[in-house]
Amino acid sequence: MSTPYAKLPAWADYGLIPLINLSVAFIVAGFVVMLVGENPFRAAVILVEGAFGKGTGIAFTLFYATTFIFTGLSVAVAAHCSLFNIGTEGQAYIGGLGIALVCLSFDSVLPWWVIFPIAIVAAAAFGALWGLIPAYLQAKRGSHIVITTIMFNFIAASTMVYLLVGALKPAGSQAPQTRNFLAGAELPKLNWVIELFGAKIRSAPLNICFLLALVMAFLVWLLIWRTRLGYEMRTYGHSPKAARYAGISETRIIITAMMISGALAGMMALNPVMGDQHNVAIDFVSGAGYVGIAVALMGRLHPVGIVLAAILFGMLYQGGAELAFEMPAISRDMIVIIQGLVILFAGALEHMFRPYIQALFASISPKSVGMQAVRGTGA
Amino acid sequence: MDMFNAIVQVLDSTIRLSVPLLLACLAGLYSERAGIFDIGLEGKMLVGAFAGASAAAVFHSALIGLGTAILISVAFALVHGFASITHRGNQIVSGVAINFVAAGSTIILGQAWFSQGGRTPALQPGERFEAITWPGADAIKGVPIIGPIYAELISGHSILVYFAFAMVPFTWWVLFRTRFGLRMRAVGENPAAVDTAGISVAWLRYRALICTGILTGVAGAYLSMVQNGGFVKDMTAGKGYIALAALIFAKWKPVNAMFACLLFGFLDAASIRLQGSPLPLVGKVPAQFMQALPYVLTVILLAGFIGKAIPPRAGGVPYVKER
Repeated sequence: MSTPYAKLPAWADYGLIPLINLSVAFIVAGFVVMLVGENPFRAAVILVEGAFGKGTGIAFTLFYATTFIFTGLSVAVAAHCSLFNIGTEGQAYIGGLGIALVCLSFDSVLPWWVIFPIAIVAAAAFGALWGLIPAYLQAKRGSHIVITTIMFNFIAASTMVYLLVGALKPAGSQAPQTRNFLAGAELPKLNWVIELFGAKIRSAPLNICFLLALVMAFLVWLLIWRTRLGYEMRTYGHSPKAARYAGISETRIIITAMMISGALAGMMALNPVMGDQHNVAIDFVSGAGYVGIAVALMGRLHPVGIVLAAILFGMLYQGGAELAFEMPAISRDMIVIIQGLVILFAGALEHMFRPYIQALFASISPKSVGMQAVRGTGA
Repeated sequence: MDMFNAIVQVLDSTIRLSVPLLLACLAGLYSERAGIFDIGLEGKMLVGAFAGASAAAVFHSALIGLGTAILISVAFALVHGFASITHRGNQIVSGVAINFVAAGSTIILGQAWFSQGGRTPALQPGERFEAITWPGADAIKGVPIIGPIYAELISGHSILVYFAFAMVPFTWWVLFRTRFGLRMRAVGENPAAVDTAGISVAWLRYRALICTGILTGVAGAYLSMVQNGGFVKDMTAGKGYIALAALIFAKWKPVNAMFACLLFGFLDAASIRLQGSPLPLVGKVPAQFMQALPYVLTVILLAGFIGKAIPPRAGGVPYVKER
């Protein structure tokens, strides 16, 4: 079974096509902006200025990007194994539960540099466990992972609401959230790094999780392309039959991939919970898991691409907030449309422009698409 | 008698709450039977609800509202088809994209057109579908047992409710008694065989998706023009996913789908009704447990502990001719 598409040079495959897809997504988004009666070019300028114009903006952009790096990596790890993990949202939510338990227990006795590693482990473990059940059902009982992970998102939401209006809520409080963590569970900010470059920051939640996210991106690269396990995952992703023939255990590889994916999703919760809000509130994930799908697709499942895509989405989130301020007709929900269009054009319609580009390349230089130039000799 | 009235009331709201699920579930049945996974039911319902309420409010006609809802919803279904049939894209990815575009655009356009915080104007009487009182419903109301059942349960719903339940036998008939239905089921199981017979796989799948779009459009119109009298942002609130769960629970069969949706609707109605009051034997059941129950049941079913749910074989796989 071969792919119905001929090869393109690598730079076109990994640079040109994503760029074209992305541009189309933004052009369509521009039409939506026009439909509500605003100037799309002015909107774009406000968006970029809001995200990168001031030090505070940059810090916020990177703060949002941190969240999306985690969820993007989570989706990508599963996708390399041809598993579509829509459950990132729920796994991150449950990861927050793990962090809450650690922070609420230890924040009065331990300093942050002891709590942080424990919280990382707890968040990863809770997220991984929430990914384990759908993985087991997929591997052993053949139930479709997409459906089970969707169901688990809803079950996670109900469970968290139940806990946050019940056991985790401090007595006498009305708000459905945990008590605020003490200083021991607050992560140090990274704003000084941006201030080194001379920019001024008033208050922004950029914190040490950003570095953790970058480390994780590197580790995911190491895992996928430099380890035996990653090789097995990719093999299974390309062809489950070939993997089975090669003696790779289907059950083991599915469960491992989904647990790593769930762990990365769970770690996402560290950023908003310990780095910003210092409590666990209802719906604190607020769609970041779904953004991860867009980020992973846009980054073509490669950690470098994911970090770049996450920064782009961080820019959209931060710039979008500024945009809503300047243009009242456009609220932050504009980002949801852009997100959807990116998923549509970079994901579902990723091959739409391929044939045209191939034809173009073939007409310029047949060799670049792997065709032999045939001259008279027949055959 | 109080107990009996309470039961009738819960069953009445069960019917009301299961109608959008049922329509969306049957919608999903058409596309999934044709081999196209559709997790974009939620988004299509949402745009249907928004388009219906907007058009009804602007043109002061419930029928124009319903027509617009169907039109827009079908358009979104065709986008899904364009991505997953014509361009052989990933059907799940395309469905996710549709849900996002729907969620965002309904809010942005609603705010831009009506400036009411994402709501559409409240619908006036002639702009929504009114309840139909059946002949003799008022006269018979006082009769014990039969009276409340006839007056509350059977009579007094809007036309869309009866449409939804009429769609169950109709869908069964289309699926199992017509040539189109036979071919549609075949294309979901073995598209190559259908192709060999000289029938276009793509066109069949597109037609199935149009059916999906029509039904999700009606489901959306029901939400915004019958249940609510106006569009509120994110008003589908996961109903598309529950419908998907119901579809699996029903093992992709129309009559089962009705019972699955009634069951999930009943769970919803019961959790609203109970709201913290204790049940006999089990004591107080948390509302969140009742809300999660449809999903838990579906997972248990998927795990193969209550029978086995076997999806159409070619589901989710784009059809490539030269294989």
